[in-house]
Amino acid sequence: MNNTQKPWIAIFGANSDMAVSTARMYASKGYNIYLLSRSLDSCQRTKNDLEIRYQIAAEAIYFDARKFSSHGEIYEQLPIKPIGVILAFGIMLPQLAAQSDINSAITMAEINYLGCITLLEKVAQDMESRKEGFIVGISSVAGERGRMSNYIYGSTKGALSIYLEGLRHRLAKSGVHVLTVKPGFVATKMTMGLDLPPLLTASPELVARKIYQATERKKDVIYVKGIWQLIMFIIKSIPNVIFHKTKM
Amino acid sequence: MKLAAWGRYPIIESQEVSIHQASIWSKPCIAIGNLRSYGDAALFDTHINVQRSQQFISFDAENGLLTCDAGVLLADIIQTFLPRGYFPKVVPGTKLITVGGAIAADIHGKNHHSYGCFSNSVHSFKLLLPHHRVIDCSRSQNSDFFYATCGGMGLTGIIIEATISLKKINSPWIEQQTIKTRNLEETFEAFENYSSIPYSVAWIDCLSKKEQMGRSLLMVGDFSMEGNLEVNKSKKISIPFNFPTFSLNNLTVKAFNTLYYGKAPAGVSHQRVNYEQFFFPLDSILHWNRIYGKNGFIQFQFILPKKVSLTGLKHILNQISNTGLGSFLAVLKLYGPSNDNWLSFPIEGYSLALDFKMTPDIPKFIHALTDEVIALGGRVYLAKDALMTASQVEASYPLAGKFKDFRKTQELDNYFRSIQSIRLGL
Repeated sequence: MNNTQKPWIAIFGANSDMAVSTARMYASKGYNIYLLSRSLDSCQRTKNDLEIRYQIAAEAIYFDARKFSSHGEIYEQLPIKPIGVILAFGIMLPQLAAQSDINSAITMAEINYLGCITLLEKVAQDMESRKEGFIVGISSVAGERGRMSNYIYGSTKGALSIYLEGLRHRLAKSGVHVLTVKPGFVATKMTMGLDLPPLLTASPELVARKIYQATERKKDVIYVKGIWQLIMFIIKSIPNVIFHKTKM
Repeated sequence: MKLAAWGRYPIIESQEVSIHQASIWSKPCIAIGNLRSYGDAALFDTHINVQRSQQFISFDAENGLLTCDAGVLLADIIQTFLPRGYFPKVVPGTKLITVGGAIAADIHGKNHHSYGCFSNSVHSFKLLLPHHRVIDCSRSQNSDFFYATCGGMGLTGIIIEATISLKKINSPWIEQQTIKTRNLEETFEAFENYSSIPYSVAWIDCLSKKEQMGRSLLMVGDFSMEGNLEVNKSKKISIPFNFPTFSLNNLTVKAFNTLYYGKAPAGVSHQRVNYEQFFFPLDSILHWNRIYGKNGFIQFQFILPKKVSLTGLKHILNQISNTGLGSFLAVLKLYGPSNDNWLSFPIEGYSLALDFKMTPDIPKFIHALTDEVIALGGRVYLAKDALMTASQVEASYPLAGKFKDFRKTQELDNYFRSIQSIRLGL
């Protein structure tokens, strides 16, 4: 198959380790890749790597999750509409900073939630009319129960999870698949230097593999490491009387 | 985090810093690749992991020139380019090493006698110097940095990307001949007789004595000219935990050696083997270093000048078999002429590499062996060393002084250090 016949995947927020691994995963399966992020330079590098490595076509395109009004146009201008859209952008700022600095809280809400809506509504409209495609949103286990140590970030991801759930409901009859991914800890350049517990920590490659498998098998919600499902079940089950005595 | 190289000796506590942090220049550090050197060359309390960047940058199919991040593994290059008919010009016994590491140790492979070191295939590289200065290095540009960095064990800066040339091949299969020899003289003779074949290496039974001393299986070969480029996926097995420290002793090693040697047909035999089997037999056993137990091991690799190789090796093999400090794997190899790099290991002659399980007696024994190697005009490979002394390096690497001075005048010694560089005064 030559590259003009290969279907495209669009990865928004393509600069993260998770996004790069996911791009490699799909490229290795014969997809062409749109790489969208604010860092055009790093997208360009990833494009070169993917094209050399997998002999597919890739494009680097400027995208800013917080420039909401640009999202529709950026999607419209993709020359060939993607069969799959993967949202990999997101930001976690420290809880205490977000409590005292409202801008920090707003940034998280804008990137993790609002930017997803403005983009995905456009994507959903297109896929709904094409009656094909899939959408992947990277949410978080932090969105399952508000906890004092991380609830501002957690609430943006919780909102994203509910948004994706609704979108899945809406698109089900059009045959468009929506996947929610909850990675847990991921060892990336962002978490470098932290001593993450190995049992709970996924590599970006594992996240990518799980995303690919889940889109193949049309799963609705996945935990990259199954143990997180158990952990979150326990955390959600703790009654408030006890929960309020913890500092988690 | 705890860090150790492949020999699992020593094990140290080390903190990773990013090359994107300005603070990295506030204290000395060392770049690490995939930690497949054996000793402490890549170990220091602060490190930079070049595998954080591992992308291909450009590839010119016409002349096989590949530019990539220093963190790219040879395994990655092979996986990508072998199906298109290209292969690295030099590979060591494992493909799980980074391009940056291959340059820093100026590694060599089975074709040293016919091609030379990895640096021979290096066209140029980018070197990150203190305070984020980046320079291009090649034989014609910043050549001092080029010759100091190839084999310089990461002590001259951080290699961030490199342009290397790949060779064209027609098949992933190797036409191999195995020559079974009965003693060291025969082994040397066979090496010389087959030296026109590009790849060669001998597995040598270190524990056999007297007239059988030095009996070997010499394996020589080259890429097949026939067939297609189809690559089969190979199965891997894994050593899941450290073996108990008593499981490797003189008897088990002797038994293994006898079996391994006995299995091969007498005289010369021909096989067609997959490139993985030929170049990377141990890569199919993940974590094979665990068989030496939790105390780790020393891989002692030394080289002797050709004219004293036979007598020198006999002398040293004698001592090894006398002490009975067993070696699981001993590898004998023929080398071509040395190159212009200041600290590259190879000189024209023969090298022997053998493993010693780490015990309290080993450092003293290795120290004495190293002295004898040096007295014979030889030297020990820095990529495997964990025990040499500053005076031993000075006596065996003639350009060590120049390297040291260069580090001082370029003010590199305040920024790039390893436990090895401190121990060796480099």
